[in-house]
Amino acid sequence: MLIIRCPYCGERPELEFAYGGQAHIARPLQPSDQNDEDWNVYLNLRANPKGWHSERWRHIHGCARFFNAVRDTRTDHFLATYKMGEPAPEVPST
Amino acid sequence: MFDPDVTSPLDDGSPAITPVGPVSRAIIRCRASDIDLVSNRIDIALPRAACRSVQDSGLSALWLGPDEWLILNATPADSWVSELSARLDGALCSLVDVSHRQVALSVHGPRAEDILATGCALDHSIAAFPVGMCTRTMFAKAEIVLWRTGAANFHLEVWRSFARYVEALLREAESER
Repeated sequence: MLIIRCPYCGERPELEFAYGGQAHIARPLQPSDQNDEDWNVYLNLRANPKGWHSERWRHIHGCARFFNAVRDTRTDHFLATYKMGEPAPEVPST
Repeated sequence: MFDPDVTSPLDDGSPAITPVGPVSRAIIRCRASDIDLVSNRIDIALPRAACRSVQDSGLSALWLGPDEWLILNATPADSWVSELSARLDGALCSLVDVSHRQVALSVHGPRAEDILATGCALDHSIAAFPVGMCTRTMFAKAEIVLWRTGAANFHLEVWRSFARYVEALLREAESER
């Protein structure tokens, strides 16, 4: 079982967590000002890297908070987890 | 509203697993900036440290998240949550009566850690899970709140509809040697 470090609760088993998709995607402040292409990019286009990926996780069966994580999609190794609003850590080149 | 006559879904006690009698429960949520105000109004200091609890004259406040606490009242009363609500008038917070949402089990004795370990992946040793620690977690497929009230005493809160499931797994673990 993977051990994931929740920024609030510490290290916990993976079954307490839920995946929440790619992180650091800001919703446009004025969606009605978006043209179709920009809106499509915001809504549908996501990174699909082989390597480090910034993503949202939720400690749903613990403190229930969302947080961000950097995970290697090849190995499931977590580089870091950090609270919402905090800057993403430096990611090593893959 | 609190009704002491609601039937417990749980069977009678076995040596290491005992149903806990009626308890009044409330969930309080508020921002970090309002913790002091809310604590003053409800007469118990909401713990700020993660996964820690505070007990004060029959009330217990269990940290569930940075803005979420479970308050247990060992002397259940129909009017308790409405009294809390009146005292919290004007404070920016959420208060929900969950007295009947969940039931409680006590898991105790020298094998308590081993019994819990059959369904819960946390480290239950006293070093990793000290007295007073509480957390929401999973027991098999059911979400529980686990709270260590003594070196060999755990208080386990489980939603009513999952109670028989968790109880059966605990009793089965207890029966194994």
